Amino acid sequence: MDILLLPFQYEFFRHGAMAAVLVGGLCGLIGVYIVLRGMSYIGHGLAHAVFGGAVVAFVMEINFYVGAGLWGFLAALLINQTTRRTRINADAAIGVVTTASFAIGVALISRYRRFTQSFDAALFGNILGVSRQDVWVIVAVTAAVTLLVLLLYKQLLFTTFDAEVAQVYGVPVGWVDSWFALLLAATIIASIQILGVTMIAAALVIPAITARLLTDSFHRMMFISVTLGAFTGLLGIYISFYVDVSSGATIVLVQAACFILALLLLARRRAVRLSQTHL
Amino acid sequence: MDPLIELRAVDFTYGGAPVLTNINLHIHPGQFAALVGPSGAGKTTLLKLILRLLEPTSGVYYGRRQPPLRVAYVPQLETVDWNFPVTAEEVVIMGLTQQAGWWPWPRKAHRQRARDLMERLGIGHLAKRHIRDLSGGQQQRVFLARALIAEPELLVLDEPTTGVDMNSAESIFHQLTHLNQDGMTILLTTHDLNMAAAHAPWIICLNRRIIAQGPPDAVITEPVMSETYRAEMMVIRQNGLVFVQQKPHHHTYREVIPAPVPGGEPGHDAKR
Repeated sequence: MDILLLPFQYEFFRHGAMAAVLVGGLCGLIGVYIVLRGMSYIGHGLAHAVFGGAVVAFVMEINFYVGAGLWGFLAALLINQTTRRTRINADAAIGVVTTASFAIGVALISRYRRFTQSFDAALFGNILGVSRQDVWVIVAVTAAVTLLVLLLYKQLLFTTFDAEVAQVYGVPVGWVDSWFALLLAATIIASIQILGVTMIAAALVIPAITARLLTDSFHRMMFISVTLGAFTGLLGIYISFYVDVSSGATIVLVQAACFILALLLLARRRAVRLSQTHL
Repeated sequence: MDPLIELRAVDFTYGGAPVLTNINLHIHPGQFAALVGPSGAGKTTLLKLILRLLEPTSGVYYGRRQPPLRVAYVPQLETVDWNFPVTAEEVVIMGLTQQAGWWPWPRKAHRQRARDLMERLGIGHLAKRHIRDLSGGQQQRVFLARALIAEPELLVLDEPTTGVDMNSAESIFHQLTHLNQDGMTILLTTHDLNMAAAHAPWIICLNRRIIAQGPPDAVITEPVMSETYRAEMMVIRQNGLVFVQQKPHHHTYREVIPAPVPGGEPGHDAKR
């Protein structure tokens, strides 16, 4: 029991644990739509794009959340519109938009060499860096994203299933896509401090695909993905504390372990079903 | 009576060669029309123009604005993502997305409406099944139910009988005929000329342009079919039914198996 409670003596851990649970759940929620839209790579790309935006915000001396958030939103919107309006596939659009955006960040860093160290946390995630203000931002983003997902639940579901048909049935697909881009950008901004740019993609995708392996129902997939994201967030933060490894890496490794477990469970279930049909 | 939708001198291109040229078409209330033509004739493109999913490159589109036309669309089964985690009932309820208010989950009344409709279409017992686990005919009915739950004035179906067995195809056309008799306007595309001739009172023959349109007896003739399919077609009428078939082409041996090229690669026989 002491092992469980000991880290909570430290304020930085309390902040980190709360942030990890919220960010894990949030990524699990948005990840369901990302996986089902066949845009698994977008988390990876957009996190890099946001990194570019963060550097631009730093250079222009504007608030990190405003600058990086706006940058991420525009990048996500550009990817969506490029995919919908041209014959370019999502993976190619993500590759072009986000790599160019990341390159801007890298170019600025190499031009103004004075702030490389402060971006380590953004790249790999660090619970030590989670301030009280960061926690409040994460709480606000989680609440706003959850509320918007609930309000747009039916429209998001229909648009994700078949955007073209949804449009015929009167769903404002363009608006829904724009809102989704905003939700995704907000999720990535909120997650950067904990997971780091390099690990966000996995945190967005792994809980959702693990949930997909376990159920054929959309509602249940969402519930499992959110729960798994939050749980692995907490477990990852604990491991990160005790083993002194970056928080983003430990969270993703715990999620990967859950994914392997789900695969094994599925294989076992198939084997049992097969043996029953042969009896 | 004013048409629900009218296309006047409409051309369409995806950027290269024109896909559709000089399309003049009226869809009147209560009409049941089947759009026929070979693969690549532009049938799905024309449906998408009618549904306003595409905009004409030139020409005029008119669609009734007041009150707004309620349209429902049943896409080709092959365009559906069968791995998407939804049950048959969840798909049907999607048809009510814009009528369901802000509450995220379906209301009890809507659930009941979906159940009743599915019962009527003979798929009530499949409500909780994943869409991938249904047969082609059952899947088609699920998507038809999603369209019908929206209570459309115009129902548009893209190849509703492709991938379903003959009995299911007959049953789908039968249900569409009933819906049309109840006043619903129906426009569909199909490869099944015989089924279209038997059930649809209006046939539109398309091959990049409208070759002919009218009642089956007037349109399903050898010259029109041959021009539409760019092949020699045969039309047989028997016991009030129409059968369309491509005329068998008797190939010579030399047309099927090309003559060996002198000095070319030897065949199996030569090796022996």
